[in-house]
Amino acid sequence: MNKQISALFDRIGGVYALPIILMVIALPLVGSFPTWVTLTVAGLGMGMMIFLMASGLSLVFGLMDVLNFGHSAFISFGAFIAATVLAALAVWVGADNWMLNLLALTAAVGAAMLFGLVAGWAFEAVIVKPVYSDHLRQILITIGALIVADQLVLVIWGGIPISVPKPAFLQGSFIIGDVSIEIYRSFAFLVGTIVFTLLYLVLNRTRLGLLIRAGVENREMVEALGFRIGRLFVLVFVVGSALAAMGGAMWGGYQGLISGELGSQVMILVFIVVIIGGLGSIEGSLLGALLVGLLGNYVAFIFPKLSLASNMLLMMVILLWRPYGLKPAIKR
Amino acid sequence: MSDHILRLDDVHTDIGQYQILHGISLNVPQGGVHVLLGRNGAGKTTTLRTIMGLWRARTGAITFNHHDITNLHTSDIARLGIAYVPENMGIFGGLTVAENMRLATHSDRFDADRLDRIHDLFPAMKKFWDRPAWALSGGQKQMLAISRAIIEKRDLILIDEPTKGLAPAIIEAMIAAFREIAQDTTILLVEQNFHFASSLGDSVAVIDDGRISHHGEMADLVADADLQNRLLSLSMSA
Repeated sequence: MNKQISALFDRIGGVYALPIILMVIALPLVGSFPTWVTLTVAGLGMGMMIFLMASGLSLVFGLMDVLNFGHSAFISFGAFIAATVLAALAVWVGADNWMLNLLALTAAVGAAMLFGLVAGWAFEAVIVKPVYSDHLRQILITIGALIVADQLVLVIWGGIPISVPKPAFLQGSFIIGDVSIEIYRSFAFLVGTIVFTLLYLVLNRTRLGLLIRAGVENREMVEALGFRIGRLFVLVFVVGSALAAMGGAMWGGYQGLISGELGSQVMILVFIVVIIGGLGSIEGSLLGALLVGLLGNYVAFIFPKLSLASNMLLMMVILLWRPYGLKPAIKR
Repeated sequence: MSDHILRLDDVHTDIGQYQILHGISLNVPQGGVHVLLGRNGAGKTTTLRTIMGLWRARTGAITFNHHDITNLHTSDIARLGIAYVPENMGIFGGLTVAENMRLATHSDRFDADRLDRIHDLFPAMKKFWDRPAWALSGGQKQMLAISRAIIEKRDLILIDEPTKGLAPAIIEAMIAAFREIAQDTTILLVEQNFHFASSLGDSVAVIDDGRISHHGEMADLVADADLQNRLLSLSMSA
């Protein structure tokens, strides 16, 4: 019986079908098709933003076995830097011209990513490199760095939550019949899809990607084949930090109001995504992020009292079923 | 001296607080198959890993093709022309056979003649070219590990217990393949299977407790049952 269920599951797409299965199960529980569409698009958009933040952490974790709790600092700084740039470009942000809106958004996200690149490089060199292969020290020093970064956010932007201006072209919703689809979340879904496609192509169609995938499985063997894994790791760490900052910038726009705790709050979701997706796997991170995003939105609507626990329950169920996550990079 | 491709001079290696190699000195001649024999824990794998720079020699010197490689990074040692096939084969299970092979090329391109030679030696590699490596059998994974080591010209191949866990029929196929490979490459082979080792080896060194306890021609060891008993009785299987 179990084998039959397993074969059927594989025939319909295996773990890749899970988000769709979740959507189908949610439809009768939500009860209204327009509401279901709204919740589904919201969940996919939220999932893609979490994916942006989780993908780099997953690769760093998988490639160098580094537990970087400081990852959320890049999320926080990304959000605050983007908010600052958007506030400075308030005229473009509020203009009735989508080109100016898009320019303002590009400048904000670009500034956040640039910070992620530079700070990620410094963070790796100063904080992470001295504690390779020592998990306890990694946890202690990256949490320490996170505390310092959170305090820096307070020093620079103060303790009062600040609002994030949303570019005019991303405000409001598409109305199609009875269905209302939030423009910002649709945009987040589009951006996440583009980033995932680019990452997927780099990882699966280039020699650099081949080296990263091999390094996630067996660092030592990659070096024995003649490649410096350390240089590869710096690159992955820096790109992961920039993506975290980009995710933070997008998340800030979605929240509308951000405070210094933003990074730490989102980091719980990011860790859940990395764990249920499987370490070192971009596809796993995407699956995990979509499930977290969708489930969070459905549960908040159907069983509001369960919404806080829903993602923890999801993680428990998936780890009981697949202890190494949905799509681990390492085949055992 | 000049006909030695690899020299180890009084190499001491520690792993954590334990000293594993207690002054290994070994000369590996150019060409042929040279075997390192010894019981479990004698230091055979540590010797290969120390040569590759995966574990650092505390003292002593390692010279490859007149380059001092004692303190070089593993990747630089590999690029000098040493291939390494570890005991666990080091296969990337999530990659296809083709991708595993591509990684071992420094130019990212296959030499058609070498690829044909590999397909002749191990037809399974051609058959399963686009399959993920985790789906291969143990013997096929070993074939992939060895194919990866010879996909480009290497001067020296270090191979750690290639017959471990393999069926006798596959071991016979491996003997034929290794004879072919050794025609243009030097092989330093760590092995516990004396039948396999004696079928291939030109010279032999026996390690005991982190030191070389015997060094000579394989033919002499094969012909001298007393010497075999004295050196190998603790660990070898025929």
